[in-house]
Amino acid sequence: MKVWLFHLAVLVVVGVLALTLPPYHANNLARVLVLAVFATGYNLAFGYTGMLSLGHALFFAAGMYAAALPATLWGVGALPALILGLLAGGLAALGVGLLALRTAGVSFMIVTLMFAQAGYLTVIYFNQTTGGDQGLVLQGGARRLIGLDMAQDGPRLWVAFALYAAGLAGALAIVRSRFGRVMLAMRENEERSRMLGYDPFRVKLAVLAVSGLYAGVAGAAYAVLFGYAGASFAGVQYSILPMLYSLMGGAGTVLGPLVGAAAMFWLIDIASGLTTAWLMLVGIVLVGLVLFAPKGLLGWIRERWMPWLP
Amino acid sequence: MGFGPFLLLALMEGLVSAAVLALTAVGLSLVFGVMRVVNVAHGAFFMMGAVVAWFVAGHVPGPPVLGWIAALLAAPLVVGALAALVDVLVLKRLDYEPEAVIVATIGVLYMLEQTALLTFGPDARPVAAPFELRLQLPWFGYSGYKLFVVLAAAAVLAGVWALMQRSRFGLIMRATQVDRTTARAFGINVDRVYAGTFALGAGLAAVAAVLVVPISQVHYLMGGDPLLLAFITVIVGGLGSLRGTLMAALLIGLSDGVISMFWSPTLSKIIATLLVALVLVFRPQGLFGARA
Repeated sequence: MKVWLFHLAVLVVVGVLALTLPPYHANNLARVLVLAVFATGYNLAFGYTGMLSLGHALFFAAGMYAAALPATLWGVGALPALILGLLAGGLAALGVGLLALRTAGVSFMIVTLMFAQAGYLTVIYFNQTTGGDQGLVLQGGARRLIGLDMAQDGPRLWVAFALYAAGLAGALAIVRSRFGRVMLAMRENEERSRMLGYDPFRVKLAVLAVSGLYAGVAGAAYAVLFGYAGASFAGVQYSILPMLYSLMGGAGTVLGPLVGAAAMFWLIDIASGLTTAWLMLVGIVLVGLVLFAPKGLLGWIRERWMPWLP
Repeated sequence: MGFGPFLLLALMEGLVSAAVLALTAVGLSLVFGVMRVVNVAHGAFFMMGAVVAWFVAGHVPGPPVLGWIAALLAAPLVVGALAALVDVLVLKRLDYEPEAVIVATIGVLYMLEQTALLTFGPDARPVAAPFELRLQLPWFGYSGYKLFVVLAAAAVLAGVWALMQRSRFGLIMRATQVDRTTARAFGINVDRVYAGTFALGAGLAAVAAVLVVPISQVHYLMGGDPLLLAFITVIVGGLGSLRGTLMAALLIGLSDGVISMFWSPTLSKIIATLLVALVLVFRPQGLFGARA
C-alpha cells in the first residue's frame, strides 16, 4: 500500500509540474514522459531481468512506423494507430527474442544491435514509402485522439501523462508480482532458477515482449503526439538512450527511467544551448556512470534511505 | 561496358574494401581474442587516425608523399597512445567486465566523435594521395593507389602475423589469451599486455584509416560503417580467430563490392547485418572457427 501511495504522490507532483511549467518546458515534459514510457519498458528487460539489449530502437521504430504509415497512407485514426504501434513493438520484440535469446551476454547485445541496424537500414532502403531521413509528417485526423487535438500543447501533455501513469502502474504490478520475483531470479542466477523449475527462455521472452509493447506504444505515441516519424528514431542512438536513462535513474528501479529521462533531457537541453557537440555529454555521463555510479540515482537512494523502493 | 568488365570492376572495388576491412577487423579481433572485451569505440579510433592523418599531412611541406609517410607513422602512434590511456583510465578500473566495457566504450565513442567535431569541424575534408597513377585496362582506367592499398594492407597484416607468431611480445600475448591467471603467475605483467594489445588494435584501425583517406574523405562520423563492418567480419570469421577474420574480410569485402555495384550499398549492409545475427545465433563459433 505504501508503495502504491508513494508512486501516486510522484504522479501528483508530475501533474502539478504539468500545470505550472511554462509552455516550453511543459512541451519538453510531454517528450520526457513518452521517452520515460520507452525507458520503463527497457528497464524491465535490462534492470530487472538482466538482458542488456542494444536493439530497442527497432521496437520503438516498429511502433512508430506501424502508427505513422497507416495514418499517412490510409488515413487510419490516432487511437487505432496507437494500438497498431503497441502490437508492432511487441511482435518485433517477440520475433527478435525468439532468435536472440538463444544467446546471452555480449552475443545477445550484438545480435540485438545487428537486428536493429538491419531494421534501420531497411527504413532507409524503402525511403520512398518511409520517407527515409526526411521522415513522415502526421496531420489532421491522424493527430485527433478521442476528440483531443494533439497539435495543442495542453491535451498533448495530458495524454503523455496518462500514458506514463498507465505504464508506471503496469510496471509496478509486474515487478511486485510473483513473476517479478522470477525476473529478479533470472538476473541474479539463471542456473539456480532453472534448477528450481523455471524456464529462463520463456521468462525472458515474455519480459522482452512486454518490453517491446512499451517501446512500441511509446514510438507510436511519439509519432501521434509530435506529428513526426523519421529514420533517425530507428538508429542506434535510440537503443542507447533508454539504457542511459535507466542507468542514470537506477537500473532495476520502477521510477529510475523517468528520473533518468528527465535529468538527461534537461542536461542535454542546456548543453545544446552552449555547444553543437552536446552528444559529448552523453559520452561523459555514460563513462562516469559505469565507473563511479553503476547503481544510478534511485539505486543509491534505495541503498541508503528507502530499502522498500521497488 | 559489358557484364564481364563490370564484374571485374566490382571485384576490384571489393578487394580494396576487403583490404581496409581486414586491417580494421584484425585490430578488433585481437582485442577481443586477448582481452575478451568488445571495443565499440574501434570505429572512433579509426576516425581519429584519419583526423591525425589529415592534420599531419597538412603540416608537412613538400610533395604529398612526404606528408603521407609522416601520417602513416604518426597516426598509429597517437591513436595507440590514446587507446592505452582509455585502457588504463577506464577499462582496467572496470576489471574488464564485458557488459560494462561495452557501455563505457559507447561513451568513449561519443566523446571521441564530439572532440573531433569540436576541433576538426563538421565538414568532410580530403587528404592528397601520395602519388597519382592511373592504370589503363582495356575497358576502364583504375587508380593505381587503390591497388597499392591492397598491397600495403597485406604487408601490414603479414607484419601482425609475424609479431604474433614469431616475436616475444606475440608469445606473451598468446599466453595471456590462453590463461590470464597462469600468465600472471609466470611473471607476465598482464596489465601492460592489455594496454599494449588495446593500443595495437586501435593502431591497426588508424593505419587502415590513413590508407583509406586519399580514397574517401575525412569526416567526424566516418567511423560508423567501418565499425559495423568490422563487427560483422569478426563475428562471421569467429570471435578471436585471426585467420577466420581474414577470410571473412575477403568474403564480406568482395560480396559488398558486387552487391553494392549491382544493387545498392544499403541492401548489401542489410544482408550482412542479418547474416551476422544469424551466425551468432546458429553458429556462435563463426563460419570459419573451430567448435569450442
